[in-house]
Amino acid sequence: MTLLTVENLTVALPQGGDRPHAVEGISLSISAGEILCVVGESGSGKSITANAVMGLLPRGLPVTSGAIGFEGKDVLALSPEAMRRLRGSRMAMIFQEPMTALNPLMRVGDQIAEALRVHGAGADAAKRVPELLAAVNLPDPKAIARSHPFRLSGGQRQRVMIAMALALEPTLLIADEPTTALDVTTQMQILRLIREIQSRRGTGVMFITHDFGVVAEIADRVAVMQRGRIVEQGPAAEVLNHPQHPYTRALIAAVPHGAPDSRPQVTTAPVLDVKGVEKTYRRGGMFGARAVVRAVHDADFILRRGETLGLVGESGSGKSTLARCVVKLVEPETGTIAYHGTDLRPLSRNAWKPFRQRIQMIFQDPYASLNPRRKVGEAIAEGPITHGVARGKALAKARELLALVQLDPGAMERYPHEFSGGQRQRIGIARALAMEPELLIADEPVSALDVSVQAQVLALLADIRERLGLTMLFITHDLRVAAQVCDRVAVMQRGAIVEQGPTAEVFSAPQHPYTRQLLDSIPGRGWTPPAV
Amino acid sequence: MEASKLPGFLARRAVKAVLVVFAIIVCNFLLVHAAPGDPASVIAGQSGVADAAFMEQLRKQFGLDQPLHTQLWIYLKSVAQLDLGFSHRQQQPVAKLVLERLPATLLLTGAAFAFAIAGGVTLGALAARRVGTWADSLITVLALTFYATPLFWVGLMLVLVFSVWLEWLPSFGMGTVGVELHGFAFALDLAKHLLLPALTLGLFYLAVYCRLTRATMLEVADQDFVKTARAKGVPEGRILRAHVLRNALLPVITFAGIQAGQLVGGAILVETVFAWPGIGRLAFEALLARDYPVLLGVFFCTGVMVVLFNLVTDLLYAVIDPRVEVAG
Repeated sequence: MTLLTVENLTVALPQGGDRPHAVEGISLSISAGEILCVVGESGSGKSITANAVMGLLPRGLPVTSGAIGFEGKDVLALSPEAMRRLRGSRMAMIFQEPMTALNPLMRVGDQIAEALRVHGAGADAAKRVPELLAAVNLPDPKAIARSHPFRLSGGQRQRVMIAMALALEPTLLIADEPTTALDVTTQMQILRLIREIQSRRGTGVMFITHDFGVVAEIADRVAVMQRGRIVEQGPAAEVLNHPQHPYTRALIAAVPHGAPDSRPQVTTAPVLDVKGVEKTYRRGGMFGARAVVRAVHDADFILRRGETLGLVGESGSGKSTLARCVVKLVEPETGTIAYHGTDLRPLSRNAWKPFRQRIQMIFQDPYASLNPRRKVGEAIAEGPITHGVARGKALAKARELLALVQLDPGAMERYPHEFSGGQRQRIGIARALAMEPELLIADEPVSALDVSVQAQVLALLADIRERLGLTMLFITHDLRVAAQVCDRVAVMQRGAIVEQGPTAEVFSAPQHPYTRQLLDSIPGRGWTPPAV
Repeated sequence: MEASKLPGFLARRAVKAVLVVFAIIVCNFLLVHAAPGDPASVIAGQSGVADAAFMEQLRKQFGLDQPLHTQLWIYLKSVAQLDLGFSHRQQQPVAKLVLERLPATLLLTGAAFAFAIAGGVTLGALAARRVGTWADSLITVLALTFYATPLFWVGLMLVLVFSVWLEWLPSFGMGTVGVELHGFAFALDLAKHLLLPALTLGLFYLAVYCRLTRATMLEVADQDFVKTARAKGVPEGRILRAHVLRNALLPVITFAGIQAGQLVGGAILVETVFAWPGIGRLAFEALLARDYPVLLGVFFCTGVMVVLFNLVTDLLYAVIDPRVEVAG
């Protein structure tokens, strides 16, 4: 039975956008008990489609033509009040950011009860709320119901969101990137939960994602979107294994996948030898209750010249803290951080200065890590200039570097906001390279990027590493990326390295149970993308 | 906040409060004595007898001939025993003078405070709800006008319009002179006298709250959880009240805490304009007369108020925002 039909839907963008329509002439349908994955990169119009179905389009984005039918009703013709009554009861939605999608001041149970109450089902809320929380596998539902959102982890919050969406047993569930912000093991649990609930209740699901691994994990059918149009649509097996449209092929090719190649062991001299480093965070003052977090302990590693070591782990595993210890952004309490035999840890700020040049860092967020009021050329040349390079020479070098990271030299005179995320990350790389470092520390450099851009940036990094003979410490939560980039990987869990070794070995024969769990959670691990 | 943490929190804050008040007393004492002139010279000047012997006698009588640190020590000892000293000019204990005037000030500032918050939040919420319409523009213009107009001028204009031209409201004092009123009639008379000074005092803060509420509501309205509420079918009115406004009130409360502390001291101007018998005027008169004990008493009293209001704000914040943990 067809639940939702979208026919020829066109939504206008405000004038002056990069294209006239947010989505243009899209048609799709979802049957009861079916999961349709809508795949596309940022700006492809997939969220706009979802919001149009829910009647949640912002005022600036009007539907200009087409029809949306839901359970035999013409959604676009409904009054706002009738639409409101549908939302939350017959169709429900969960969002990408579990950290911000719940009202911080309201108890979780009250927020679920509110969903019941506004649709006239508030009478048995006291009984239903714990039931719903139990149905999404949350432990101790009564206690969770009394908690405020900030007490819960990201995965728990997303479960609460799902419980809330399913409170009135809607026939259609729209999930807008519900697992993108979650750790890989949590993502797998949430995907299984959605699959399980959906098959038990026969709910139709529109699942929006940018990740073909997730598609392989959950989809019955797939619709691929590019710049506001659906370019390919079909059964999941068909689209995943025999993609027709060039864009679909490009997207699938960009997914980092496959077993890591066996690489020759690097036996050069060590550049960095980290031993016995410990960092502990204490919260609470003289009187208050104390909380002690061992952010880093038992995390020794050696990085050899020309080698790329991956630090992999989930959020809070201490991988970023460890990397920051190396560049003294975080000061560890004990241990040695030997750089070519010199222990960096006890050095003062001034004594550190010559090393700053040799060790450079690339940050995760290409939006936050560039000063918005500085021209790109200035930002790149700033480091060398403060280290005494003549201004003209530094700017000339910056121009060369922009060419190296495949940006137009005209970028020198522009400001960061004029660039896309991928371009900004290239600028970040150029800025790090301006110091002619020997050791590059990359903290999740591709996590904020779309998959095709991610592939480009990774290829760029590999190329530069090859050409300049860089040594790299590569921090990532994405095992697929680590497999592609790293000679060796070190798996971190709760502040400690639990396993390390050559990438191919760790992936094919993981020793530690946590490593096995991580590898099992890679979405779409059962799917081998076709060679296209 | 968990209730079990409350006693410990209060105990820690009490210790800090005592330290802060001590520092306030010492600073005030030194500041007041740093000002040129002393009570003896003022009295001597007013009585027309200015010979050195008389001044010397007055200074001895007031204890002003002692070294400064001795005077400070004596003052601190007496404050520790809750004795604020004696006003030789008014021939009354300072504590009695201050306590007599305090209710009037609290009534005035409390009324102004309530008016500013209620009016400001309501107008701000209204403007945010109708953002971009004529109602929004009107509220914004009004708020900016109140914000930019000097307090005393607002007071004078209100008196001119409502007391002099329209003769609706009295222009000064706290009650009609020479009439003995009781019960409802007394309350009505008091309210009439209160209206103009409270409006004058509250308008500036009303403007601040209005702008603050409008801005934060618009900011909160863009947040994800508002979209969640909409997606689960919550009606617009309830979204605004239960989700947007509640979150938008947090910065308003922070600011209200600051205002509450200032209100006691900030009423001097309005009390003077409207001849309101509060401690602001007491302080003003004491300053002109170099009546050190009264001046210090008023400062002590306002200092304690500020510390108290800050404590209340912190507690209130912890009650409203569960993420805030009370920390000593």
